Amino acid sequence: MKVSFTVNGAERTGDVEPRVLLVDFLRTNLRLTGTHIGCDTSSCGACTVLIDGEPVKSCTQLTVQASGRAITTVEGLASGAGLSPIQAGFHEEHGLQCGFCTPGMMLVANALLERNPNPTEDEIRWAISGNICRCTGYMNIVKAIKHAAAAREAATAAPREKAGATAAGGK
Amino acid sequence: MFPAAFDYRAPTTLDEALSVLKQHGDEAKVMAGGQSLIPLLKLRFSRPELVVDIARIPGLNGIERDDGHVAIGALARHVDIERSKELAASAPMLQEAAHWIADPLVRNRGTLAGSICHADPAGDWGSVILAMHADVVARSASGTRVIHASDFFKGPFETAIKPNEVVTEIRIPVAMGRNGGAYLKLERKVGDFATVAVAVHVRLDGDRIETAGIGLTAVGPTNIQATEAERSLHGKEPTDKVIADAARLAAEAAEPKEDVRGSAAYKKDVVRVFVQRGLKTAVARAKEGRR
Amino acid sequence: MATEVHMHGRIGESIKRKEDGRFLRGKGNYLDDIELPGMLHMAILRSPHAHARIKSVDTAEASKMPGVIAVVTGELMAQHKLAWMPTLSYDTQAVLATDKVRFQGQEVAAVIAETLYLAEDARDAIVVDYDILPAVTSPEQAKAEGAALIRDDKENQKDNHIYHWEAGSKESTQAAFAKADRVVRLHTFYPRCHPAPMETCGIVADVNPATGRATIYMTSQAPHLHRTVFALVAGLPEENIRIISPDIGGGFGNKVPVYPGYVVATAASLLIGRPVKWVEDRTENLISTGFARDYHMTGDLAVDKDGRMLALRVHLDSDNGAFFSDAQPTKTKAGLFHIVTGSYDIPTAHVTADGYYTNKAPGGVAYRCSFRVTEASYLIERLVTNAALELGIDQAEFRKKNFIKPEQFPYQSATGWVYDSGDYHRAMDVALDQLGYTELRKDVEERRKKGEVTGIGIASFTEVVGAGHGKDFDLLGVRMFDSAELRVHPTGKALLRMGTKSQGQGHETTFAQIVTEELGIPAADVLVEEGDTDTAPYGLGTYASRSTPVAGAATAMVSRKLRDKARKIAAHLLEAAEEDLEWEVNRFYVKGSPDKAKTIQEIAFAAYSNIPDGMEAGLEGVNYYDPPNMTYPFGTYAVVVDIDKGTGQVKVRRIVAVDDCGVRINPMIVEGQIHGGLAEGFGIAFMQLITFDAEGNCIGSNFTDYLLPTAVETPRFELGETVTPSPHHPLGAKGVGESPTVGSPAAYVNAVIDALAPYGVKNIDMPVTSDKVWAALRAAGVNE
Repeated sequence: MKVSFTVNGAERTGDVEPRVLLVDFLRTNLRLTGTHIGCDTSSCGACTVLIDGEPVKSCTQLTVQASGRAITTVEGLASGAGLSPIQAGFHEEHGLQCGFCTPGMMLVANALLERNPNPTEDEIRWAISGNICRCTGYMNIVKAIKHAAAAREAATAAPREKAGATAAGGK
Repeated sequence: MFPAAFDYRAPTTLDEALSVLKQHGDEAKVMAGGQSLIPLLKLRFSRPELVVDIARIPGLNGIERDDGHVAIGALARHVDIERSKELAASAPMLQEAAHWIADPLVRNRGTLAGSICHADPAGDWGSVILAMHADVVARSASGTRVIHASDFFKGPFETAIKPNEVVTEIRIPVAMGRNGGAYLKLERKVGDFATVAVAVHVRLDGDRIETAGIGLTAVGPTNIQATEAERSLHGKEPTDKVIADAARLAAEAAEPKEDVRGSAAYKKDVVRVFVQRGLKTAVARAKEGRR
Repeated sequence: MATEVHMHGRIGESIKRKEDGRFLRGKGNYLDDIELPGMLHMAILRSPHAHARIKSVDTAEASKMPGVIAVVTGELMAQHKLAWMPTLSYDTQAVLATDKVRFQGQEVAAVIAETLYLAEDARDAIVVDYDILPAVTSPEQAKAEGAALIRDDKENQKDNHIYHWEAGSKESTQAAFAKADRVVRLHTFYPRCHPAPMETCGIVADVNPATGRATIYMTSQAPHLHRTVFALVAGLPEENIRIISPDIGGGFGNKVPVYPGYVVATAASLLIGRPVKWVEDRTENLISTGFARDYHMTGDLAVDKDGRMLALRVHLDSDNGAFFSDAQPTKTKAGLFHIVTGSYDIPTAHVTADGYYTNKAPGGVAYRCSFRVTEASYLIERLVTNAALELGIDQAEFRKKNFIKPEQFPYQSATGWVYDSGDYHRAMDVALDQLGYTELRKDVEERRKKGEVTGIGIASFTEVVGAGHGKDFDLLGVRMFDSAELRVHPTGKALLRMGTKSQGQGHETTFAQIVTEELGIPAADVLVEEGDTDTAPYGLGTYASRSTPVAGAATAMVSRKLRDKARKIAAHLLEAAEEDLEWEVNRFYVKGSPDKAKTIQEIAFAAYSNIPDGMEAGLEGVNYYDPPNMTYPFGTYAVVVDIDKGTGQVKVRRIVAVDDCGVRINPMIVEGQIHGGLAEGFGIAFMQLITFDAEGNCIGSNFTDYLLPTAVETPRFELGETVTPSPHHPLGAKGVGESPTVGSPAAYVNAVIDALAPYGVKNIDMPVTSDKVWAALRAAGVNE
């Protein structure tokens, strides 16, 4: 079946059997290997992508289901050489160790902050409760997301005259 | 880890879907969010020849007040229920239950309708629709049926829905007057199925309980309606003793199996504890005007 | 005096990680990301039965299916003498089953096809005819009269007993017990669990028919050792094997063993002449790869009437699964379990251990266990708390009364260990202070009067890590040194290659910092590489918290070696005598004339352009470090729990973890390791279990049954530290990665036992699930 969607802002197409999982299409057909596979029972969240801005387990979606939608993977978080506030937060707060769960965590965090720019610790933990990490014990992931929330708030609170300048360091 | 091959149709109208099911219903599986079906396909526990994806049919994802009920469309997701202003006002117990389902990622795709049609006895929504005395609307190419919740579940993973039918909406009666509910769930971790869960809802008439609904999760071959416990509350003042007795009756209605989550005795006792706590909370919420 | 240069990245500085960039961008290079031209995909068919004879394997249908290139069976492997392979414990393990299957999930056949979907389709078409045999699912069953013989493939194996092993002194321990005023016994089971890193195991084997070289990408925590094993097992010449361990998504000991899938994929690539990829799915990972623990332990502690510990006696039965494949130093059968006297000055001890075959997956040494120290630490810390409760002495006081004292170090334990350094009283005091222990104890009493069920648990562990001194520690005869090779370029940047292999522990940052400290090159200018056996010096890999103790030491030593050469070059450049030069941070200067100086960068350039006569050009070296001793990190963990009387659910209200791992190179990374281990300990204590039914069916072979805690259940951790340097390590550093998994399970469980002690409960085996707590409460008449 023919499929087409936007992935990280770019139009992508394919022709796949209905049974091909979205995560396999992303990793194998589109060679976007930042989305990972961690389990076989839809239990771990390592495969999380954003579909129309909402975090979804891409291992529990058929490619054909997602046709026509806007998909964001971890590769779409940063623009150019810089890091997005979420990525910077994870770096500053040592929110990753082996890095395998990190793409999913960051995408969930991104979606959370879009909806809830100033989440409490409990809200953060609840939001990432579909994403398992084995390395960090979650402590620094929570700190990373708080860091990103503060950075985003600072960026939006920046004086208006700066808004005219190129937003290289902005959101 | 991958499904066996199957054919796929994504109808864009309900009529188209019903026509496909009329022809192929026996070899087909209907899919909305896919959060219950796809894991089964991947393990090859389910090998349908055809998957009918109804997610592209417009007009099925509403949560709307209509007459004396809230109509929750077949494509309304768990997260839509969590966020619904309508339900916050008219049936907040559903939001409390939605919060407990699976994990946030699943809730962004899974649907209430899909969940009850999957009919896992450990599924949360089954107990909610029993406790709320809800109705399920099913359509086929030949017409429409309204199935009461108490007639919906037939056995583990088995419902009254026929292969040529699609559930289009679930109708939650909106109570007039003071009412309140609660959903309590014991799970080993977020994302695990319930060890035990209970849905409780009461309507008050003055100081007395007029009607009650009690649904039990994961303690029987289907979600269980604790009818004797419900009846024991009708017309009674919700004293500690009345509530404790109802809780005991609810525990007796449970038929849990022993497994890694615990013994049957354990699960029955948690039913008792949860119904006890749930009734107290539901009554308190009803009294303060919070439902 | 010259103003001291601030050098970014010295020891003790929490610099941000250098390796983060690629992971944050989704550009990590994990095994499953690797794609080679012409690559094929392999799927393994596994046994559904725990114990059965194989009557026939029919691959005819599968071979004809679309995209299938080959179907490999045990019979085919046997023709190439590859149906069996040696294990790290000198046993043999089946690669693909020939005569029998011996555990549910054992490898039986493999399909190699153009895509993984097609390989799995064809796998479904293989038909195997089994004759089911009775399953043995515990050491108790294994040793019973008339038990099924599992290893009938081994010539001299008449029963299911694998080994008997002892440590300490039977006679003096017996004598001490005879004189004891009180003996406290604890029988406890440390259940089978699994490291379950987020990334499963896998391989891309590329045996190139044109060059004869085998390039093997592998999720390996020990690439050089694996290369040597491959050379021995597959008969490939070792110089023609290149193992590349790419980015690894978590190891925790799961990626130390050599798995049958690796061998089959390599053989397939050799036979077919194309690269073959095999990546296991999660079910395969849980059901067949290196599990952890599964120790049945009985500990007896003899005390005198003043509460002084006199002797310790421990017996353990080990459930090793169908093949004895523990990844542990060969001179031990129960790893380093005999560290079991722990933090206490116990004059005499005796440990006996027996290992048994069962119809379960092979393994046992894994999951941040420090070679079975997790089991030992759990036993002694549970036993000590039980003893305290029984004797009516406070858990903390009882421990402090018996701790090895600071002045006793180096301390020779009753089972032969020489602890390098420690100050257990101080760590305990810091932990109690941070927790507010005295006030909390009073608060617990107040709450109990109101009918609440609440308690405080303590564990004071001593770990032993940094394997290890060559005479005592080897794997398959290869001594457990480790290595660092440092090369400084003309522009003053450096390349550090090591024999270890990070799986998330931050080596690219931490080890650069050692070079910064010793040689003054900023951490940002030191590139750290690991994992490619063609270029890295030989090492034994990363597990058992050994990297900092051994390879970290090697890094310090090689840096100092280069600094010695740098001094000579500096003397030449400054026209001064070597003895007249001082080193400061990153340069040599002439004593008394601080502005007559040369930085390491200037010296580096000179190493290629202006060296003294007779000296070789370049600034590089390698060090293979043989540690003189292990290192002994330690700590005290304290946990507060509240228990719901209605449901038995346990909530961790607080956990304070005070660790002492000597000098901390990057405190941020150390704390991250501790957070992770405390979370794993939490999972082990409360929810993780791999168990088997009577037929040997594995329960716990996917993430719906084998539970990993999410951010909601996992408690918030409060960390503290003390620093007692290791006297023998060049930097004073000890290992730390496993301390939290070693020390925390007992702390969590002790808190529950303390909470239930008023009701007479003495033990609940892990995982301490709500139904078990409920049962204990109801048995004591406690209800809601």
